[in-house]
Amino acid sequence: MQNGKGAPEHGAQQHARLSVCLRCGEGRGVVVDDTAVVVAFYVLAVLTLGSALMVSLVRDLIHAVLFLILSFVGVAGLYITLSADFVAVVQVLIYAGAISVLMLFAILLTPRSARDNSAVSYRAPISIVAGLVGAVIIFVGLKTDWATVSEEDRFPQTAAEIGKALLDPYVLPFEVASVLLVIAMVGAIILVRPGSEER
Amino acid sequence: MISLEHVLVVGALLFSIGLYIALSRRNAVGVLMGVELMLNSVNLNLIGFARFIDSPRPIDGQVFTVFIITVAAAEAAVALALAVSVYRIRQTIDVDRLNILRW
Repeated sequence: MQNGKGAPEHGAQQHARLSVCLRCGEGRGVVVDDTAVVVAFYVLAVLTLGSALMVSLVRDLIHAVLFLILSFVGVAGLYITLSADFVAVVQVLIYAGAISVLMLFAILLTPRSARDNSAVSYRAPISIVAGLVGAVIIFVGLKTDWATVSEEDRFPQTAAEIGKALLDPYVLPFEVASVLLVIAMVGAIILVRPGSEER
Repeated sequence: MISLEHVLVVGALLFSIGLYIALSRRNAVGVLMGVELMLNSVNLNLIGFARFIDSPRPIDGQVFTVFIITVAAAEAAVALALAVSVYRIRQTIDVDRLNILRW
C-alpha cells in the first residue's frame, strides 16, 4: 500500500514492487492471477463473512461489536486485494475506528437494555427473505455480461486520482457532503442534549 | 484467480447476512450493525466494479465509495444519538417495545 504524500522515494519504491507483483500474473486479462493475492482474497472473504455471521450468533452485544470490527477490517483487506488502497485506509479509520467506537458508546450509555443481542421470535421468514435476496443478487451478478477490461496495473496510485476526481467532476457532491456532516453533527448534539427530553 | 463475479458473490453474501441482522435484532444498535454491514457490501461491489469494469474514468467507483462512507458516518452518528435519546425517555431501546407512534 503506497501513499501519495509523505516519504516520496519510499512510496515510489513500494509502488514499483506493487506493479511488479501485479504484472507477474501473466496478463490473462479480466482476472487477477497472482497466487498471493488470490489466497489473500479467499482468506479475507472467509474472515469477513464468518465474523459477519458471528455478529448474529453471539449473545453479548459487546462481542457482536468486536466481531463487527473484525468484519470491517476484513473488508478493508479485500479493498487492498482489489488495489483500492486509499479506500482501505478510510475504511479502517472510519468504520473500524469511529463508527465502532460510537456503537460501543451507545451500548454502554444504555445499560439496562443494551447487552442482550437476542433475535426476534419469527426468525424463519426473515432468513428466507434474506436468503432469497442474496440468491437473486448472486444470480443477477453471475448472469449479467459485465464489460470487463484487461488492465493489469489499473490504479498506480489512487489517493491523488480520488483527490482530483473530488475536486473536478464531483465538487458539488463534495461540498454537499460537508454540509451533510455539519447537519448530522448539530443534529446529534441537539438530540442528546440534556433537557431535550422534557419538551 | 479472482474475477468480478467472485467479488459480487462475496458482496451478495455479506448483504444477505446484513439484511438478516438488520431485520432480526431486538436491540436498536444491533439493527444499526446490520445496516452498516449492508453498506459495506455495497462498497465492496463498487470497488470491484472500479477494478474490473471497462470505463473511461475507472476511479469513479472509489469516489462513490468515499461518499457512501461519509454518509454512513453521518447516519451512524444520528442513529446512535436517537438510540440514546429514546433510552432516556423509555428506558429501553428494544425495537419491539418502541410503539408509541402506533395507533
